[in-house]
Parts: sequence; structure tokens; C-alpha cells
Amino acid sequence: MNDKDIIICRCEDVTLADIKEAIKEGYTDMESLKRHLQIGTGPCQGKTCIPLTEKILARELKKSVEDVGIVTARPPESPIPFGIFLKGDKKNGK
Amino acid sequence: MENKDVVIVGGGITGLSTAYYLAKEGAKNIVVIEKSYLGSGSTGRCGTGIRQQFTTREHIILMRESVKLWKEWENNLPKSVHFRQGGYLWILKENEIDTYREYVRLQNILGVNSRIINKDDVKLIVPDINTDGIAGASWCPSDGNAYPFDTVDALRIALKQFGIPIRQFEEVKEIKVENGIIQQVITNKEKFNTHFVVNAAGFGARKIAHMVGIDLPLKLYRHQIAVSEPVKVFLEPMVVKGELYFTQTYRGRIIGGTDLDEQSTESLSSTDGFLPQFAKEILSVLPTISSLNVMRQWAGFYVVTPDHHPILGGTDLPGFVLGVGFSGHGFMLGPVVGKLLAAYIMHGTMYLPEANNLNLERFRSGRLIQEKAVIG
Repeated sequence: MNDKDIIICRCEDVTLADIKEAIKEGYTDMESLKRHLQIGTGPCQGKTCIPLTEKILARELKKSVEDVGIVTARPPESPIPFGIFLKGDKKNGK
Repeated sequence: MENKDVVIVGGGITGLSTAYYLAKEGAKNIVVIEKSYLGSGSTGRCGTGIRQQFTTREHIILMRESVKLWKEWENNLPKSVHFRQGGYLWILKENEIDTYREYVRLQNILGVNSRIINKDDVKLIVPDINTDGIAGASWCPSDGNAYPFDTVDALRIALKQFGIPIRQFEEVKEIKVENGIIQQVITNKEKFNTHFVVNAAGFGARKIAHMVGIDLPLKLYRHQIAVSEPVKVFLEPMVVKGELYFTQTYRGRIIGGTDLDEQSTESLSSTDGFLPQFAKEILSVLPTISSLNVMRQWAGFYVVTPDHHPILGGTDLPGFVLGVGFSGHGFMLGPVVGKLLAAYIMHGTMYLPEANNLNLERFRSGRLIQEKAVIG
């Protein structure tokens, strides 16, 4: 299967070919790769694509996953609506 | 061991921009050293805003020039920085209008096209805004924003084309000075013989200056930001109300922050208290996004000086050049600061007289220049 047809990050539409190209250009740590390709910044919060990308990067650089670095996980763990923070207030108001 | 004409410490917008303008002036034997990845400090954590609505001659003149340069970057850098002039809409209550009218007067005198508008005009610019309790706004259509990671990426590619090395994950450990002259910068990987060092180390700037015996009056304040899931772009201006600010990036995400009034801290962790506060404030201004999902929050530092203006230019130590203490405005000032510092290194003077007022000396002589409009 062609690398261009293998989607790694579905939210941001990043393929295996994109990742290999970026590594060639010198984006050889997870934090830089994430920001260059925007991998893991979509609504899935990187739950699928970040572990995959770590493995691809490690394989391409012939390093261990620990050595290519991991990205900081940002809260919230799952997306939540802005409005959720007003609900408590309404209850107290009544 | 390597010989370099200039060693730039810091791979955020300030360091990269300085390297870019040095290279454009023909100084190619330079190096940028970054202890982590590019943009890992305040640049990559910022709120994307670029504004000229300030309250001092220094800030207004520098930002007017920076906006001009942001346009050049958008047109000339090898990748789009997504600079967009969507304006800054600074929402005001009745009792704030007169004060901001004075600020606008100074901005207009200095060539910035801001103006005070009424409530109806606010609605025309952002129809979804809840105008309850507001009187109008200070509006500057030529303000805007850009995308921090694309900016870092664009500068990185431009420097690569100039043949300028960027050394990431490398940390400056020592700066050797002999007979009052810089001799060498020592990192954990290499030694660079040089007489010029640019301190563009953001929140690490104090530590770098201590290596040459200079104490910088900088304090770190943590500020937090949240970003939403992407939706089709409907909000191009940056909206400001009190400490709250928000806009929408070209990628469709609402991004913004507010101030939790924290004490100075060294911690970069995001906190539980931020999202409830930010959500309440943003929904009071833009209630229509109530069901939009928040995706991420993070923290960054404002590296703050006693008068909320940066420290630019030379010091008592010849060749030790500062681009530090932006007090929350480092990203927007990035283009002009890089050009000014490159001019200082190449020609011995920053080409805008107002920039020379922002020297380190002002804290000794007491000639502070207070900025009143700080957001977040």
C-alpha cells in the first residue's frame, strides 16, 4: 500500500508519507513533528495518532520510542462544551 | 570548537527573527542555540494576537513597524505565517470610554488607525456579541494575529536557506568573559568562540544574563490559554474585554485566555481553576459558543519587567545584546525586535529612536515608561 494512502492522523488528515517527508526535513522529535504537521491537535486529542507517530518516528530513526520523546498531554482528557461550566451556577441561582 | 560572529541564545520568535535579519544583512557566520525544541517557550504558548493599541509612544511606534514587517513576512517567508488583519475589538464599559479615547488620540497621532466606536458598530463587526452593559469599543482594523508554529516553521526554513545552523536540544552552560570582552559560549555539546551573544532566551533570560554577572529585572507570571474544536471561521477580530481575550485561528479554533491574578511562579502546569473562569467570561461576551467543545488548555509565561516594556539592545558588557522581558508581547513584537537587534549588532544603533529608550539602563536611572494596556 502506498504511504500516501495510509492515514495516521484522521482529524488533521496526515499520512504516513507526510510523516516520512517531515522526518527527512529534520523534524526528528515528537514535539516538533506534532507542531509541524499538527498531528494530535484534533478532536481525538491525539489518542490514536500520537502513539502511532511515536512508533513511526522511532522506526525511521532506528531508536527506541522512549528516545524520540513523548508529547505533553493537555487537559481536558476529552473535549467538553464551554457551557458545562455554567450549569453549576444556574443550580445555585435557583 | 567553532568560531562564530554571533551566538543567539533562544530559538523562539526573538532569536529566530534576529538571526533572519542578521542573515539578510549578510552576517551568515552565526548560530541559534535552543535548549528544547523551536518555539517551546513563550512563542509557542502565546495567544497569537498582534496589536498596535498600546498606550506609550515606544510600544505604538514599535508595533506599527512590526505590523508592517508581519505583512512582509506573510509575503516573503518560504511558508505562510497566516498573518491576518482582522482587527482588535476592545470592548469598553461607559466609564472606560474616556480613558481609551485618550489612548486612541495618541495612537492616531503616531499613525495607527484606531477609533472609538459605539455599541451598534460593535454589533456590525461581531454580530454575536452580547452588548449588555457595554458602551462601545476601541477598534483598530489593522491589528490582527498570526499562527505561532507556522511562524517558527517559516523562519526555520528561511534560516536553512541562508545556511544558518539551528542547534536544538542544546543548552548554554557558561559564557566566558575575559578583560571585559566575551570570549566563548560553552554548551553541553560544543564551544563557540565569539564576541557577540544575543540573549533571546525568554523565560530563561535571567539565567543567561547571570552567566555574565548581569541581573535582569524580570519576573515570571503564568498565564493560561484554552482552545476549542475547529468550526468554520466566523470570528476574525481579536475580542478583548477586561482581562479576557479571544479570537479564532485560521484553522477554525477559538483561542483565548484570561487572568487569574496569580503571584509570580516558576510553574508551567495548567490549573483546574482556569477553564471554569475562562468559560464564564467568554460565554458572557459570546453566548453562542456554549455548546462548542474545549479541546485543550496550557500555560505559558509572561516575562515581565517593572514597566511592562521589553529590554532591548546593549549592556555594560560589550557584545552582550538583550531582547528580553516582553511582558506578554514578545510574539507580536518579534519581527521588529529581530530587525532592531540585527541593526544594533551590524551598525551599533537600533534604527527606531524609541527602541533606544528601552535599554537596560532605564532601570538604574529610573526612566521607566509605564504601559497601561496589558491583557490576560
